Amino acid sequence: MHFVFQVGFFASEPVRLALEVGALIAAVSALVGIFTVMRGQSFGGHALTDVSTAGGSGALLIGMIPLFGFVAGGVLGAGVMEAIGVRRARGRDLATGIVLGAATGFAALFLYLDTTTGATTGASQQILFGSIFVLQASATPFVLLFGGVALGLIACCYRPLLLTSVSDEIARARGVPVRVVGVLYMVALAISVGLSSLVVGTILSTALLVGPPAVALRLTKQVRWAMVLAVLIGVGATWLGILLAYDSYYWGSARNGWPVSFFIVAIVFVSYLASGLPRALSGARRRSAVAGLANAAGGGPLDD
Amino acid sequence: MFAGFMLNAWAIATVVAVVGGVVGFFVVLRGAAFAAHAIPKGAFAGAAGANLLGVNTLLGLAVFSLLAALGIGSLGRRGRHDVVTALALVMMLALGALFLSRSTEYEPEIFSLLFGEVLGVSVTEILPVAALGLACLAGVAFLYRPLVYSSVVPEVAEARGVRRQRVEIAFLLVIALATAMTVPVVGALLIFSLMIGPPAAARSFTDRPPVAIALSVVLALVTVWAAIASSYLTNWPVGFFVGSFSACCYGAGRAWASWRRRAVGDADRRLLAA
Repeated sequence: MHFVFQVGFFASEPVRLALEVGALIAAVSALVGIFTVMRGQSFGGHALTDVSTAGGSGALLIGMIPLFGFVAGGVLGAGVMEAIGVRRARGRDLATGIVLGAATGFAALFLYLDTTTGATTGASQQILFGSIFVLQASATPFVLLFGGVALGLIACCYRPLLLTSVSDEIARARGVPVRVVGVLYMVALAISVGLSSLVVGTILSTALLVGPPAVALRLTKQVRWAMVLAVLIGVGATWLGILLAYDSYYWGSARNGWPVSFFIVAIVFVSYLASGLPRALSGARRRSAVAGLANAAGGGPLDD
Repeated sequence: MFAGFMLNAWAIATVVAVVGGVVGFFVVLRGAAFAAHAIPKGAFAGAAGANLLGVNTLLGLAVFSLLAALGIGSLGRRGRHDVVTALALVMMLALGALFLSRSTEYEPEIFSLLFGEVLGVSVTEILPVAALGLACLAGVAFLYRPLVYSSVVPEVAEARGVRRQRVEIAFLLVIALATAMTVPVVGALLIFSLMIGPPAAARSFTDRPPVAIALSVVLALVTVWAAIASSYLTNWPVGFFVGSFSACCYGAGRAWASWRRRAVGDADRRLLAA
């Protein structure tokens, strides 16, 4: 007999913590991510996870709390990206890539020095994949703090941020300090990503930052509704993923659960694909209708 | 530094740098930096999976880089390119995490798949890598005209019958191939630096594709060789030096470009003043 909620699901302390912290991270990521997707900065958002990881490895090395390393690394990386970044999207991508490559190199160095000098085993795995089930209760206040700061920054420059995300030129014409807004946003992004990379791992950090907002923006054009939808989808995917991961422990006889990150990412990915269906279907219908008309009219220069 | 076993490292690194420099030129030209990062990372997940199934790591690597390339290419048609790349990437990584959870993967293996182990390469690996490298270069040569056209003047290319979608997928497949051959050697995260820094710098120095490609290869070679030498001398990971030196290349290119712009500006001003 298989119940929806396995025995002990709600009683388990790690699970409750995961649900709590996971939801917070998902919500913050979704709200920050709306702008990330609108500004086409998914690469930057993802690159910052690796940059934060480098910061985290560095922190481990000097015995500092990883969290500060993650956030500081992220902010530093974001700063460098902004500084060497160019206005054109391609130039920005290159700058992101260069910072990413260099940061990755530093991560390799720190991890190497860490394993040779210290006795921290499993450091690479822990930092790269993270685990939502290995959280400590002490993480929650930090999540609230840093998450709050990131959201505060966004809320503070909401209108200019929205304007610059939708149209650079109009914002400039209206005298909005585009560069300043961009920097503030990057700092918010860096804090959010640094936080989520540590708490839920780099994979989930990017997935929750980009996925739910992308789905939401496909379903509605109004930003306010998109934000609400993104949070709902993000938190929903996180909770469902945690549930499934907990259940998976009981699948088969192996007693080895599947990772939470896999479930959450799979749910987000499938949602994204599903959200593209309406457009794909209507597109196909339109194309066959047009083709039908063309055929009736004696054929036309339509290929595909 | 040039002892027997090191020769293998030099040889492999040379092949990797040549392929990286050539493919990287088009990565930079087409603004495909994210894809060039995502495909190797996805491939890493495949290698982990192959390990679980007891299959040849290289096969898992190849299959996943193929899937990543095709996924990004086909999904990218309907969705925003950067979003699609990000989601395809995390999906592959999540699969990798899943595979890893099923096995008792040894940590050093993960480290080397991600960061590479150039100095530990054996003679038997040189031939397959070189062969794949040749295949890559052949692919680029075959796609050269359509690739340059569709990257620089997409509309003209379309008018001339070059299907952008086909070129896009073909190019992603070339990246996948370059990935599959280089990841076992320099790791998933580093081929990327070689495909960005040196080519970007080369493009700052010259506009003409053949010259830029040649320069890109030269810079990539210098980068990798300097990295190997530095790694040998300090015992620090090669990846650290590749990342840093690539960034230096990029920086040099940017510095040159802005110096040129200022020089041209000065010349113009003098002309106007005269």
